[in-house]
Amino acid sequence: MSFLSLRRSETVIALVLIAAMVLIGLINPAFWSLSNLFSLARSNVIVGLMALGVLVVMISGGIDVSFPAFAVAAMYLTIQAMLAWDWHGVIGPFALASAIGLALGLVNAFFVSGLRMIPLIVTLGTAAAVRGALLGLVGTSQINIDRMPKELIAFGNTTLIDLAGPGGTHFGLSAMIVAYLLAAVLVHLFLTRTLLGRGVFALGSAAEAARRVGFNPTTIVFAVYGLAGALAGFAGLLHGSMIWLANPRDFVGVELDVIAAVVLGGASIFGGRGSVLGTMLGVFMLVMVSNSLILMHIATTWQRIVVGGIIITATTVTALRDRRQIAQ
Amino acid sequence: MTAPLIELRDVSKSFGGVRALAGVSFAIGRGEIHCLAGENGSGKSTLIKIIAGVHRPDAGTLRIDGRAVATLDPITAIGHGVQVIYQDFSLFPALTVAENLALPSEVRARRRLVSWSGVRKLARAALARLGVAIDLAATVETLTTAERQLVAIARALMSAPRLLIMDEPTTALTGREVARLFAIVRDIQAQGIAVLFVSHKLREMLEISERITVLRNGAVAAAGAADGFDEVALTRAMTGQDFAAQSYRWMPHAGRAARLELRGLALPGVLAPIDTTVEAGEIVGITGLLGSGRTDLALTLFGMRPHYHGEIRIDGTPVALRSVAAAINAGLAYVPEDRLTEGLFLTQSIHRNLLATSYDAMTRHFFIDFARARAAADAMMAEMQITTRNGDLPVAALSGGNQQRVLIGRWLMGKARILILNGPTVGVDVGSKAGIHERIRELAREGDLAVLLISDDLPEIVQTCNRVLVMHRGRLVEECDAAALTDTALAEKLKALA
Repeated sequence: MSFLSLRRSETVIALVLIAAMVLIGLINPAFWSLSNLFSLARSNVIVGLMALGVLVVMISGGIDVSFPAFAVAAMYLTIQAMLAWDWHGVIGPFALASAIGLALGLVNAFFVSGLRMIPLIVTLGTAAAVRGALLGLVGTSQINIDRMPKELIAFGNTTLIDLAGPGGTHFGLSAMIVAYLLAAVLVHLFLTRTLLGRGVFALGSAAEAARRVGFNPTTIVFAVYGLAGALAGFAGLLHGSMIWLANPRDFVGVELDVIAAVVLGGASIFGGRGSVLGTMLGVFMLVMVSNSLILMHIATTWQRIVVGGIIITATTVTALRDRRQIAQ
Repeated sequence: MTAPLIELRDVSKSFGGVRALAGVSFAIGRGEIHCLAGENGSGKSTLIKIIAGVHRPDAGTLRIDGRAVATLDPITAIGHGVQVIYQDFSLFPALTVAENLALPSEVRARRRLVSWSGVRKLARAALARLGVAIDLAATVETLTTAERQLVAIARALMSAPRLLIMDEPTTALTGREVARLFAIVRDIQAQGIAVLFVSHKLREMLEISERITVLRNGAVAAAGAADGFDEVALTRAMTGQDFAAQSYRWMPHAGRAARLELRGLALPGVLAPIDTTVEAGEIVGITGLLGSGRTDLALTLFGMRPHYHGEIRIDGTPVALRSVAAAINAGLAYVPEDRLTEGLFLTQSIHRNLLATSYDAMTRHFFIDFARARAAADAMMAEMQITTRNGDLPVAALSGGNQQRVLIGRWLMGKARILILNGPTVGVDVGSKAGIHERIRELAREGDLAVLLISDDLPEIVQTCNRVLVMHRGRLVEECDAAALTDTALAEKLKALA
């Protein structure tokens, strides 16, 4: 199987992506402006980090819809803690947010693995419970820029390239993209180069066979949901730092976008199939299409319709592919 | 004389009060090909699982190399060199051949990181040991069943086993693939590895094995060298009764139009024009190698290939079978090859499965007449001799033979005139098989049906049918009278075509 073979779903997505870029660029040449491209790259970061977690869960044959709730919880709790304890720093808070996400992810894993419950129901339940607990026990008020920790704002504002725009404005390429790319490389190495990662594929491909080969399904399920939770927690705090705002009601409906991106990236809803590269392309595609609707002079209310359409199309295509291959 | 590789003495095992094995003694010598025969439910799987360490016997002793083994779990069984190839092969469809081969070794070595060059090296060596060539980079889901089996065998051989257990290895293979498998099994034996073959196909057992152990109702019904058995003896041991093996006789009725008449029936690129007739009361066997077009012929008659050319007449009247509904209306019934995926609603009740195509006939003023439907379904269950009386049980709870009866029964409720059976006894044990054959004959004789029986099982064709059509690459190449045919002669004909 060559790298550019059309049988690779990554190649197909890349081609569709390029076609879409050309089309959008023809409708509005402003698409190709550096400021638009930089803003696109920035919009990839949060969706992309969450998508990496969902990818790993999906390959293992599960599904996770709880990560936006975990992301909000990790963000809001961490920032509240920083305010309450007058805690400063960047690394510590991000470690705490990831740890909160990890702990919540392990709760998912416990229900999925220990009690053998259906992942969709488990994660719907934990999502609702975590959101409810956050609003009911921690607080409902938004933390605005005036109270946001300065270190986080400065960190979220870091740029790789800084350029002067017309009229004295500044725009730059967010350094957060580095965090996203680094996470992507690590998840890729985990999935392709560690035996645990191959176990994720094995479990999603044939659970009983994985058990007979000697993989421990419990370990894999805990690793997978834990990783998804940790990535969500990290992404949550990063999101707050980038928009200078901690809203405990944030991230509503994001699960749909992220799952759409992962499916668009060629991961199988039946498990056993998917790649980091494909997911990154899927994320880029989704973010680009929804961001470019404005550039194409289409009302933003259409955005949800487009996302829904993308989910249905991508799922249909991959489901047809999987069914054909299973039938052989 | 050296001690046998594995020896079981007076082993018993019960599951929730049901006795699966009762005092079974059984031994496999080093490097021998041993066949474990028995019908479904005879205790074969339980015995395998005891040897593989999955189940622990309630009573009895287990010896390996003459030494008593107190407890055997799957890991120690593998440590003693026992490898099992299950019917589903336990492969990972979405992963490559190379990875499927290498994963168990890597997991066993407790590695943490994967070296892809190491994976390919391991995999290449494993296939080389079997002497087969399969693309290492292909995903397993793109392989044929036979190739998947080779991957499973190659993988089992990587752990240097001393006993390879193969559970029903030939079920999904064509004749030529079975021959290749047997060559490989003999090759494995030449490496000093014992092979335990689990099967219910008589011919194959006699061909491959050196010794045979027959289980019936959880006890050893017969055991000994394979040369001491023939098909009749094996059948008797497996079922406890004799089955007459005589071919079906059919007396033509004068002055009636043929039940089914094909005039130049063709499918472009698939079937060359076919002319033949089938009378009511006839059982006509259709056989041929893979790609012979026999299933396409059946699907054309059942309205699933609407673009056929030529003419089809039923009882002298031309009919257009351009849809399944048209075919059912014309009196055709089709029992597909894969009853589990194409024919039955496994989780639904026996009644619902039986009634699936006849609810229309049971309807009065838009409402289903449930009392009538129940009565009709119960009558059919009795007629098809389905073992349970409880029609509310899900079909999945029945044995393979009984499932097949449900499927055939469904079509008989709909007053079919032509019954097409595709592989009706695949995966059905000997006793049920004879029962199904008997029912097919009765249906043809008394039910005034024309039966087309498509099968790979040549003895089945020769014994059940009165006429045999041989197909090859989409053509009807030969028609012969079954009375003048033996299954070996038919096998020769097929071999000449290959």
